[in-house]
Amino acid sequence: MAFLNQYYLSMKFGVVVFPGSNCDRDMEFALRHELEQEVIMLWHKDKDISAFGKEDCIVLPGGFSYGDYLRCGALARFSPMMESVIAHANRGGKVLGVCNGFQILCEAGLLPGALLLNDTQKFVCKNVFIQSENDASPITKDIKNQVLQIPVAHGEGRYYADAQTLQQLEDNDQVIFRYCNRAGVIGQENPNGSTNAIAGICNAGRNVFGMMPHPERACSPTLENVDGRKLFASLIHN
Amino acid sequence: MQEATLEQAQKLGLSETEFNEIKKVLGRTPNFTETAMYSVMWSEHCSYKNSIKWLKTLPKDGSKVLAKAGEENAGLIDIGNGWACSFKIESHNHPSAIEPFQGAATGVGGIHRDIFTMGARPIATLNSLRFGNIQEDKNKHLLKGVVKGISHYGNCFGVPTVGGEVYFEDCYGTNPLVNAMSVGVMRTGKTISATSYGAGNPVFIVGSDTGKDGIGGASFASADINEDSAKDLPAVQVGDPFQEKKLLEACMEIVETDAIIGMQDMGAAGITCSTSEMSAKGEHGMIIHLDKVPTRQKDMKPWEMLLSESQERMLIVVKKGSEQIITDIFDKWDIHCVQIGEVTTEQVLKFYMHDELVACVPAESMVLGGGAPVYEREYTLPAYFAERDAFSIDSVEVPTDLKSIAMQLITLPNIASKKWVYEQYDSMVGTANSTTNAPADSSVIWVKETEKGIACTVDCNGRYVHADPFVGGMIAVCEAARNIVCSGAKPSAITNCLNFGNPYNPEVYYQFVYALKGMSAACLKLDTPVTGGNVSFYNQSPDGPVYPTPTIGMVGIIENIENRMTMDFKNVGDKIYLIGKSRNDIDSSEYLHKIKGVALSPAPYFNLEEEYDVLQAILKLNEENLILSAHDISEGGLFTCLLESGMNRNLGFELTLPNEIRSDAFLFGEAQGRIIVSVVPDLVPDFEEALGFTPYTYLGDVTAKDILIQNENWGSIEDWKQKYDTALETLMQNSNPQ
Repeated sequence: MAFLNQYYLSMKFGVVVFPGSNCDRDMEFALRHELEQEVIMLWHKDKDISAFGKEDCIVLPGGFSYGDYLRCGALARFSPMMESVIAHANRGGKVLGVCNGFQILCEAGLLPGALLLNDTQKFVCKNVFIQSENDASPITKDIKNQVLQIPVAHGEGRYYADAQTLQQLEDNDQVIFRYCNRAGVIGQENPNGSTNAIAGICNAGRNVFGMMPHPERACSPTLENVDGRKLFASLIHN
Repeated sequence: MQEATLEQAQKLGLSETEFNEIKKVLGRTPNFTETAMYSVMWSEHCSYKNSIKWLKTLPKDGSKVLAKAGEENAGLIDIGNGWACSFKIESHNHPSAIEPFQGAATGVGGIHRDIFTMGARPIATLNSLRFGNIQEDKNKHLLKGVVKGISHYGNCFGVPTVGGEVYFEDCYGTNPLVNAMSVGVMRTGKTISATSYGAGNPVFIVGSDTGKDGIGGASFASADINEDSAKDLPAVQVGDPFQEKKLLEACMEIVETDAIIGMQDMGAAGITCSTSEMSAKGEHGMIIHLDKVPTRQKDMKPWEMLLSESQERMLIVVKKGSEQIITDIFDKWDIHCVQIGEVTTEQVLKFYMHDELVACVPAESMVLGGGAPVYEREYTLPAYFAERDAFSIDSVEVPTDLKSIAMQLITLPNIASKKWVYEQYDSMVGTANSTTNAPADSSVIWVKETEKGIACTVDCNGRYVHADPFVGGMIAVCEAARNIVCSGAKPSAITNCLNFGNPYNPEVYYQFVYALKGMSAACLKLDTPVTGGNVSFYNQSPDGPVYPTPTIGMVGIIENIENRMTMDFKNVGDKIYLIGKSRNDIDSSEYLHKIKGVALSPAPYFNLEEEYDVLQAILKLNEENLILSAHDISEGGLFTCLLESGMNRNLGFELTLPNEIRSDAFLFGEAQGRIIVSVVPDLVPDFEEALGFTPYTYLGDVTAKDILIQNENWGSIEDWKQKYDTALETLMQNSNPQ
């Protein structure tokens, strides 16, 4: 793992397992086997995350948490584990939500805005390109202006927030990723109609991150795409 | 118990002979509940009464086969290193015709349950879909609904949809076909059997509550679709993928315990089918208390509970004393798990409602392979063969505008990209689908605990089978094998989904018999046994039967996934070769059928020995690292094949037309047993030597972007790709208000 700095090689990850999570094992595999990090799986009915300090990261993986027959993530935020995750975030601990995890973070109020039904009205799964225009957050610090090929797979991924919130996000460099084309032109390709082509954001404290694309699906040389590793590596380094 | 009348039995779909047979089995006249149970168990859907005679002729033995056809919920093959692969395909045609979203969704749910009930974790799903003319709004509605249903269920359940096929032909207008296949993996020796034994062992029902949905679904699937079918809506079940996801995880935990005797999912005929099949297999009986079954509605009648096809339910038989282990697991996943009875020595099923015996039947008498009827049906040579045989290629003038025909061809809905469909499916969850970034003729799924890859594909060209059931049956198997081999895998075994019209029509039955004979011949030659599947008859509307469509689901194994083969051209200047021979043949091609408007012609050229030789050649070339890509020639012919090979990396190709073959046959004909490969120039001598006696032709070189036919520039690959990629989407966006 050449791009992982030997001195800051490790971060402890906790991956929350809701009954309808279906990317939890993929996240575990990517972090544990592809990035060689310590991973602890966290059951939604439990509350104990005393093993995790501020420097550690709790991940909310993709899936359908509790079926998501209501609004995606609407029920998950009331789970016992989420109480602990919210407390961890409020202490300044790192939290990363991917796809359904991003939706849950918005429902829980840890991130502003909401994720609406895609403008096509259809679920979409394909490789897309994303890019960060700033290096203000740990997850983007080492990858500013790099075009990454990362898959999306969601039905409700259109980021929406009111004008004032959007302005704050833009002013504070809280937009961590935007959809772009292969050449890096922002907004040229937008799989869901997200406002300002937003693919991911962070909170004002830069310790809570949410993104619709799935970096854990782009970590394996066997699958011929390892762009997701760069993003995790940046998070681990910084 | 009040006796049932013959009239009631007939209304339930039983014949007079069958009703009399039940009386003979029981030694008395059955009551209504019992009659209803026999009516579903002896329906075509559960009993295979009109097909089993011929199904038994399919080759099912193989050194790698761990569970043969009919032995368990799905077939199981050994893939080495202590791992096994379980796979099966099933139809959900009739429900999808009436309610496309739920029909397709529950089809996906049902086939996955067959896999994980055995203890295997599903790692991939595929589907094979057929609709009528896509220009018609009704068919667009069906396509949208079916795709949304598969997407809804599969995406939430969390198993990637990795491949499939979609065809549009007028004959599927009233009766679309929706076939779903699931592939799972497990450690060998961890199989959970669908059996029941050991007197006193408790019987549990787990999963969703039992409701009135899907009552009589099996009988419903055993009748022609007509105007009254919309009234059958309650016969279509409603799916809950979240519940199924929890069931899956609970089952994966159960596999690790030693607490289980057997488990079976409840599909068609619900409690009746699962209790009778498990008991018959284990040669025991059961006492079941129906009042203990959790229900969705109040006051459900015994027969309604016995026939309900509510989804996401399982019947499990637990070792006495191990109940706590099992209930703890289901509690963890918040799934109902209720004891409803126990195993008995006497081989009889006794159903009680508040201590009143409501049904008492010998399990064996109800099931396939036991007392269920077996019929021999008559068959006659179809009359339409005369019209087929009258076709001559000379009646079609060789066109001069080859380029515009090529453009027309690649934008036909049967040929054009199915992106509009497959992008709605989560094809990557599980992070094991290697074909996302490295496209191949079949989907190659990484078994992550090992270095192995499992290649899987579904294939059937119904038009070929219609043209010649015997040859078409062989082609379906060989087309699948070609796709498996082109992805670098060795074909292992098949599962089949036999979609046909009404078996009481002798011409339909002829198609069935000869398609199976063709399939058998090909499976024997390729050493790919049939490990299971299903039969769907009555795919018929007032306009007539659908094309005979025996969909083949094939799996193959790659020992090291790094050795997989891909379909796309790699470098400018690589040499493009055709393995196999070009033929002066346009029979049953898309070109002839859709562009020239010839409805009937013979099946395309096919020779089983030559096919086998080509398959072996590709395996050898891949093993010796002599080729960079392999893509088989199928619908749309050689031109379409070359175009598809160039698209992934935006590389073009050049091509010289031969003198001895008609240009339309060369470019668009669908003669079988042909594969396009590309070779690095330096390796050409080794490549040609390795081929030995296998026929091959050098076609031209890979170009930077242009398509050059006979030195004429047909434009850039990007332009062609754009049209190929968007044709179906454009069709779906244009609705014709009627």
